[in-house]
Amino acid sequence: MSNLVLDSASRWFGNVVAVNDVSLTIGPGVTGLLGPNGAGKTTLMAMMAGFLAPSAGHVTLDGQPVWRNTEIYRQIGLVPERELSFGYLTGRQFVRANADLHRLPDAAEATERVLATVDMVEPASRRLDTYSKGMRQRVKIAAALVHQPSVLLLDEPFNGVDPRQRMVLMDLLRRLGDEGRTVLFSSHILEEVERLARHIEVVVSGRHAASGDFGAIRRLMTDRPVRYAIQSSDNRALGAALMARESVRAVSLRGDHLDVQVGDLGSFAVELPGLARQHDVTLFELSPSDESLESVFAYLVAR
Amino acid sequence: MINSTIAKLALQALLGRRRFYLLLAFPVLLIGLVGLVTALTDGDAAWEIVPGLGYTLVLPLVAILASSSVLGPEVDDGSIVYLLSKPVSRYGIAISKWLVALGATLVAGSLPIFVAALITGDSARAVALLVGAAVAGTTYSALFLAISAVTRHAVIASLMFVLIWESLLGNLFTGIAWLSISQWGVRIAHALSDELPDPANLPWAIGASAVVTVVGVWFAGDRLRSFSLRGED
Repeated sequence: MSNLVLDSASRWFGNVVAVNDVSLTIGPGVTGLLGPNGAGKTTLMAMMAGFLAPSAGHVTLDGQPVWRNTEIYRQIGLVPERELSFGYLTGRQFVRANADLHRLPDAAEATERVLATVDMVEPASRRLDTYSKGMRQRVKIAAALVHQPSVLLLDEPFNGVDPRQRMVLMDLLRRLGDEGRTVLFSSHILEEVERLARHIEVVVSGRHAASGDFGAIRRLMTDRPVRYAIQSSDNRALGAALMARESVRAVSLRGDHLDVQVGDLGSFAVELPGLARQHDVTLFELSPSDESLESVFAYLVAR
Repeated sequence: MINSTIAKLALQALLGRRRFYLLLAFPVLLIGLVGLVTALTDGDAAWEIVPGLGYTLVLPLVAILASSSVLGPEVDDGSIVYLLSKPVSRYGIAISKWLVALGATLVAGSLPIFVAALITGDSARAVALLVGAAVAGTTYSALFLAISAVTRHAVIASLMFVLIWESLLGNLFTGIAWLSISQWGVRIAHALSDELPDPANLPWAIGASAVVTVVGVWFAGDRLRSFSLRGED
């Protein structure tokens, strides 16, 4: 049972602030680190793994500083996003080298055990450069798990992994979390994080934007005002009718379509068809104009 | 301090890359050239090649290739995090990698110089040059390892040190002998055979070689302790 704590941690590179005053605690179980690309997830991960010094603040694991502390890796297993460049080794040799570096007394046994955990016993005698992306990812996880660390850090572990392998990896991480390990993985895909993580930390533009269980984060994201573009047979009549509704915050006429800002998504969705029929308006097109993840994140930051 | 797993991986990295053939080509060409000149000419023309070309050029080039192969690519592509995310002494990693680079430098650099010198006759000066080349190879490999730990352009920086500082400027200004790894080795060889020049003071040559070696390896280890992982640029 380990807690990874960031206390007002910041990191800048010259004039660029990559991580800005982030305080959070990662405890046992699976936590998802969610944020768009370039939000500072990798920088945050690197600081947590002891591969980057915080410019200000502290990063500690159970009270021990992580930076320039070699002993910390007895407890941390790291799965970097970076590809393996040890293509000339077999999967088994690579995992075994990791076990040896940890000076495990039963390195051979530990290697076989962890290969079985990630379901890679059969292809383990093949060279790494013959593996698919998902297999390489599983070998990387095996290498990080071989010493049974209490903390597992994974940077974008599902990137480029096909859906079936993704399910396998998710099951594996869920199991590790259930065993009481502190598992943290980063991702820029909400659905991915939602499916796996019990607890979610959101970072946007280097700042800690939100924190909570997936239900709370989901609610935050769906309750936000949403914009829709509507095309209908009579935009002006529909606009007037919509403005009278509680769920609508603003309506504007934009060329051939209607721009609608909705406060309460649920009731808007229920009301709209009836309202259109009532005013004898035909709906041609209804599309959310800002469903992109960036706008979701922007909302969380502005909140 | 020595970590056999790290050393094994470093050896695999050294042998598994195409650079390795380049590493072998230098000594083969040197010995071939010296053998050819010995067969075709009279006098000591062949011997001139050994310290002139073999010692001043082949030896440092071999050391650059060996040192940069054991550390450079891993630092460049970041895959060294797989080694560093372990409770392993960073100085141990540096020492283990340096020993592999040193072994390669001695085998592919110093030893062929000895063989080439033997071909030209006189074994006393060959032994002297072997000692000088072993000392210089040791110092070079430590310095180039340190350079590999700090910059992505380690090969170019090391080449500039050898070609511009030691060769070009070293030939123009005799004072540079005091700050030249190659000249330190020559000075130590001179103590064993008068056929080699006497560019600097012997205790200085021994002391400076030892200091650069120890500081170079220590510095490489210290840089590894502070290794920072950046995102994909």
